[in-house]
Amino acid sequence: MRRFLLPLIVFVVLVGFLAVGLRLNPREVPSPFIGKPAPAFTLSQLHQADAQFSPQDMRGQVWLLNVWASWCVSCRQEHPVLVELSRHKVAPIIGLDYKDDRDPAKAWLAEHGDPYRFSIWDRDGKVGIDYGVYGVPETFVIDKAGVVRMKHVGPLTQTVVSQKIIPLVKELNGA
Amino acid sequence: MRKLIAAALLTLGCAFAVAGEAQRVSEDPVLEAKVQSLAEVLRCLVCQNQNLADSHADLAIDLKNQVRDMLRQGRSEKEVIDYMVERYGDFVLYRPPLKTTTWLLWGGPFLLLGGGMGGLFYFLRRRKELAEAPLDDQQRTAAARLLQG
Repeated sequence: MRRFLLPLIVFVVLVGFLAVGLRLNPREVPSPFIGKPAPAFTLSQLHQADAQFSPQDMRGQVWLLNVWASWCVSCRQEHPVLVELSRHKVAPIIGLDYKDDRDPAKAWLAEHGDPYRFSIWDRDGKVGIDYGVYGVPETFVIDKAGVVRMKHVGPLTQTVVSQKIIPLVKELNGA
Repeated sequence: MRKLIAAALLTLGCAFAVAGEAQRVSEDPVLEAKVQSLAEVLRCLVCQNQNLADSHADLAIDLKNQVRDMLRQGRSEKEVIDYMVERYGDFVLYRPPLKTTTWLLWGGPFLLLGGGMGGLFYFLRRRKELAEAPLDDQQRTAAARLLQG
């Protein structure tokens, strides 16, 4: 009986490791930005090319920065959630149109609805690199002082919005 | 003949493919070698098991261009690596740094090796003990009887 004990223990430990491994999402890389100031930039708006935007403009407000693109397939999946979120007026959502062309991007918003206060246009993806974007869509929650408080990689879901984003925004607004 | 033409076309195709890959490389071979060496230690975050040098994902190409631009501006290799870590975290490094959160990653293989060696040692010693147990008189006479047939 004893000779089976050791292999059994090894087996159980191995199963434990594999079970945990299966649940981990390898695409969720811990962001080094949490708790750090959102990188500064200046970009022109998507719809009004002559209007500039910089994160500095949002000081004093809790806001969301959502990285999207008209070529991005999972943005389609996420979009209804964003539209719904914008109806509740939880926080202003600024869109960062990542590596996209103006016309398809505008057409995409016209077709699917525009949840953004406005979108800014990151043609060559430089601001994306500054924000450590590696998988569109990505969403950042930025507080009144301009500090990144949360980053979500991949499409937002109703669950993430109601269990993470809305409570966080409320907490940040209350403080 | 048809096969020959097909082969010729394929060869040509390869030549074009190689030509296509060589885009946006600067003329400076020293700079390019530096970009290449940095691209080998940075991870592509889209295809996570590849480094930037091997990856053809859009992001990898952008990041390689970023590395090239920064080096061209005279930034040191360490500055480039720090820049990437600031944005993408330690995960972007193909060789993760030794920290409290990564000691198991670095030490794990040695722990396993130690465990395996210990197990092997224990097993061999036990086998030796079993093999060297001397025969008592009864076993000796039984063995002699068997040997005589």
